[in-house]
Amino acid sequence: MVLSRTIQSESDVSLHSTFASRYVRTSLPRFRMPENSIPKEAAYQIINDELMLDGNPRLNLASFVTTWMEPECDRLIMAAINKNYVDMDEYPVTTELQNRCVNMIAHLFNAPLGDSETAVGVGTVGSSEAIMLAGLAFKRRWQNKMKALDKPYDKPNIVTGANVQVCWEKFARYFEVELKEVKLREGYYVMDPDKAVEMVDENTICVAAILGSTLNGEFEDVKRLNDLLVEKNAETGWDTPIHVDAASGGFIAPFIYPELEWDFRLPLVKSINVSGHKYGLVYAGIGWVIWRNKEDLPDELIFHINYLGADQPTFTLNFSKGSSQIIAQYYQLIRLGFEGYKNIMENCQENAMVLKEGLEKTERFNIVSKDNGVPLVAFSLKDHSEHNEFEISDMLRRFGWIVPAYTMPPDAQHITVLRVVIREDFSRTLAERLVNDIVKVLHELDTMPARMDAKKEVCEEKGIENKTELDVQRKFTNAWKKFVADKKKTNGVC
Amino acid sequence: MVISSTTPDYDQNLHSTFASRYVRTSLPRFKMPDQPIPKDAAYQIINDELMLDGNPRLNLASFVTTWMEPECDKLIMSSLNKNYVDMDEYPVTTELQNRCVNMIAHLFNAPVGENDTAVGVGTVGSSEAIMLAGLAFKRKWQEKRKSEGKTYQNPNIVTGSNVQVCWEKFARYFEVDLKMVNLKEDYYVMDPVKAVEMVDENTICVAAILGSTMTGEFEDVKLLNELLMNKNKETGWNTPIHVDAASGGFVAPFLYPDLEWDFRLPLVKSINVSGHKYGLVYAGVGWVVWRTKEDLPDELVFHINYLGSDQPTFTLNFSKGSSQIIAQYYQFIRLGFEGYKDVMTNCNENARVVKEGLENTGRFNIISKDIGVPLVAFSLKDSSRYTVFDISESLRRFGWIVPAYTMPPDAQHISVLRVVIREDFSHSLADRLIADIVKVVNEMEAAKSTDNTSDNTRNTPDGEASEHSKREMQLGISKYWRRFVHGNKTSSVC
Repeated sequence: MVLSRTIQSESDVSLHSTFASRYVRTSLPRFRMPENSIPKEAAYQIINDELMLDGNPRLNLASFVTTWMEPECDRLIMAAINKNYVDMDEYPVTTELQNRCVNMIAHLFNAPLGDSETAVGVGTVGSSEAIMLAGLAFKRRWQNKMKALDKPYDKPNIVTGANVQVCWEKFARYFEVELKEVKLREGYYVMDPDKAVEMVDENTICVAAILGSTLNGEFEDVKRLNDLLVEKNAETGWDTPIHVDAASGGFIAPFIYPELEWDFRLPLVKSINVSGHKYGLVYAGIGWVIWRNKEDLPDELIFHINYLGADQPTFTLNFSKGSSQIIAQYYQLIRLGFEGYKNIMENCQENAMVLKEGLEKTERFNIVSKDNGVPLVAFSLKDHSEHNEFEISDMLRRFGWIVPAYTMPPDAQHITVLRVVIREDFSRTLAERLVNDIVKVLHELDTMPARMDAKKEVCEEKGIENKTELDVQRKFTNAWKKFVADKKKTNGVC
Repeated sequence: MVISSTTPDYDQNLHSTFASRYVRTSLPRFKMPDQPIPKDAAYQIINDELMLDGNPRLNLASFVTTWMEPECDKLIMSSLNKNYVDMDEYPVTTELQNRCVNMIAHLFNAPVGENDTAVGVGTVGSSEAIMLAGLAFKRKWQEKRKSEGKTYQNPNIVTGSNVQVCWEKFARYFEVDLKMVNLKEDYYVMDPVKAVEMVDENTICVAAILGSTMTGEFEDVKLLNELLMNKNKETGWNTPIHVDAASGGFVAPFLYPDLEWDFRLPLVKSINVSGHKYGLVYAGVGWVVWRTKEDLPDELVFHINYLGSDQPTFTLNFSKGSSQIIAQYYQFIRLGFEGYKDVMTNCNENARVVKEGLENTGRFNIISKDIGVPLVAFSLKDSSRYTVFDISESLRRFGWIVPAYTMPPDAQHISVLRVVIREDFSHSLADRLIADIVKVVNEMEAAKSTDNTSDNTRNTPDGEASEHSKREMQLGISKYWRRFVHGNKTSSVC
C-alpha cells in the first residue's frame, strides 16, 4: 500500500490573496537585500501601499514641475520607457525628435537662425544639467580668451542675484567658479541690474539673469542688464556675456509677453536654459539649453559620436537616460502649438488672479509677487505678532494642500512668504477651494493662543517679569526652532 | 426663417485620424506650429514615426534593461508625476532611495554597522555617479595638497583605455588629466602593474572597471589593491581606488561572491553601479556608494532640511522623475538575493549557448572571457573578404541590432561584434540569433565566391574589363571609407 502524501510546495503561496498572505506581516527590509524572492503581486501591493503616504503630487502647490499630462501622452511615455535615449544609432527617430525640439525652442527664443538652419542646443535631464553645461561653455571660452591674452585664468566668477536657485551654487562649488551674489532688499526681490554690472570684473565669465525668480516669480530686467553691460563692455573691452536662466519663464514669456525683450533679441545673451518639466508641460526629467550660435559652444567640450554615418555631436553630463520625456515634449509642442500654450498660460494667469484677489479680500495678507511674471502668488501675513506663515503652512497640510513657507534670501531674511504655484492643472474651482481653506485656517489660528515668545515680548513691553524656568526653556526651544527653520535651504525646492 | 449653418470646427472630431487632414502634412521640424491639433492625431502621428526606431528588446548592443514586469510598470506609471527632489512632499519615496543605498552598500560589503545608514546616493546613471565620485576624490586630494603646501593644479586619474566615455567627459569637464594604460592584443583590460607604475603624486585615484564595456571582463582589482598598497607605503601618497562597477556590480556579488573587488579591499573608497544595467531597471538610475563619511568631503554636500531632520544631498541633477528609484526598490524586494542570482545564472547560461553556437561555425574567435558580464564578443578569423561591420549591417535585416567596434589603442586592428545577454534574452532567442548569423555568414561566403569567378573573367577584352574593375574599385573604395568611418566611432554605447 502506497501511503499518499501531499508535497509541501511553494505553490500554495499563490492561493492566498496578498492581504491574506504572510508578506504583509513582515516589515519591508531597509538595510539588506532580502534573501528570497516574493510574488510580484505582493511586491507591487506593499510598495504601492507605502507610497500612499506620500503627498498627492497634484496638490503639491510648492512645485513648478508638471503633474498631469493627457492620457495619449502617457501611452507614448510608457511605450518608450525601455528606450535608452543615448543609443542614437538604434533609435534614430527619437534622436531626430530631440533635434526638432531644440530647433523649435531656439526659434521660440528668437535665436539668429536661418529658416532651415539647425540650432545649437541639447536636451538635458533638467535645468541643473542645462546650467552646468552653459556655465562650462562660458568658463572654457573665458579661459581660452585669458590664455590668449596671457592673463591668469584660475579665478573665474559668475555674477548673479542672491535669489538664484540652488543649482547655481552647485555649479559654482563643483566647477570651482566663484559666485558673486547681488544682495536683495525689502521690496526688491530680484537682481538689481545696476548693482550686478558694478560687480563685473575681468574674471567674470558671465552674468546670469533669471526669468522667473523662484521665490516670487518675477522676471528680471534683462534688457536693462544688457544695455548697461554693453556700455561697460565698450569701456573695458572684457566682452562679458549674459546667460538667462529661464527655467520657469522660458515657456511663459514668449506666449503672454511677446513684446518683452529678454532672449536672443538682446545681443549679449549667449545661452538660455529652460525646464521642459515646468511650463514646458512635461513630467519631471527634461530641460533644454540653447546657444546663440556655434561659436558660443567651444568645440573641445563636444563629444562626436558617429551615428547613421553622420556626425552627432553631444554635450551632456548624463549618458544613459530614458527617452520618454523627450518624446513627451515633442508631443506637447505639436499637440498644443503656439496657440495651445498661450491659452494654457493665460488660464494659469487668470487663476492666479482669482487666488490673489481671494487673498486680498481677507485683508490679512500682503501680496509679494508681481502680476507680470510666472503665474504664482507669494504672500505674507500683515500681522506677525500672534502667528506666522509656517503655522499656516502646517495647518493647510491637514486639508491636503502642500503650500510651502520660506524666508527670503539675504538681505531680506526677515520676510517670510507663502508661495502657491499655479500650474496647468490648477483649475479655478481648486483656487476657490484653496482660498476657503486658507480662511478657515486663519479663523482657527485666531482662536488659538499666540506663540509663547510672542506673548513674552508683549509682556516685556508692559514691564511684566515672568521668568519662570518653563519660560526660559520655551525661549530656548523657540530660538532653536527658528534657527533650524532659518537654515532650511530656501532655494531647495524649484 | 433662421438659416441653419454648421460650425466648421466640429467636423475635426468626426474624422478618424487617418481620414483627417493631419496625416497629409509633414510634422513640423524647425518652428512650433501655430495651431493645436487633436490629441489623437498627435498621438498617432508620433507613434507611427517612432515605429521606425529599432526594437529595444532586439537591441543587443545595450546593457540597459528593456523589460520589466507589468506590476512594476504600474508603479512606474503612477509615480511619473512625482518630482523626486521634493523630499518634503514625498518622504516615502526619499526613504525608498535611502533603503536602496543601504542595500547596495551592504551588497558591496561596505564597513557599515547593521543598523547604520550607508553613505551613497541615487543618480540618473553611472555618468553622474562617476562625476560625483571623481569630484569627491579631486576635492580630497586638493585639500591634502593644500595642507602640505604643495601645488594642486594638475590632478590626474589613472585608468585603462577601455574606459567608457563618461570618464573622458569627467576628465574634460572637471579639468583632470586622464592617464590611460594602453591595451594590447589579447589583453583588453587595464594592466594593474602598468597602472600602478603610472601613479604619481598628482593622481587623485586609480579607476578600475568591473565589467569592461568591450569584452565584459572584470579587471583584477585585488592585484591592483595589493600593488597600490605597496606603492603607497613607499611614497606615502595614499592613492585610493574607485571601482567602476557599472555593469559588474550587480553580477559579481551573485555569480562570483568570492571574487574580492569591493569594499573588502581597503583602498577601494567608492563604487558606482548602474541600476539600469544588471540592476534590472529601465534607463535612468545609477548608484554611487562611498566607504565611509570621511570619503565624501562635507563641503560638496548640500544640506536640505526635510521633516525637521537633515537630508544631505550630493547630486548634479535636481528635478527628476521618481519612477526608476521606486522600480529599483521593487526589484530588490521582489527578487531578493536569490532572484537576482537566478537571473544572472540564466544570463550566463544563455551567453554560453551563444558562444558555443558561434564556435561551432568555425569562423569566429571568441574574445570575451567566461568570467565576467554575460556577453559574447567575437571577431572573424578571416576578415579579408568581409568584415564584422558587414555582418552587423546584414543582421539588421533580420531585426537584430548587433554592433561592431574596433578596440581602443593599442589594439585598434581588432574589430569585434558584441552581443549583450540581458534578462529578457531567452534560450530560444539565442538559438534564433545563431541561426541568423549562420545565414548571414553563408550569404557572404557565397557572394564572395561569385565575385571570385567574375574576377577570372577580367582578362577578357578591355571594354568590359574596365567596367568590371571600375565597379570593383568603387566597391573597394566605399568599403574602405565605411570601415574608416566606423573606425572613428568611439566606444560610446554603454
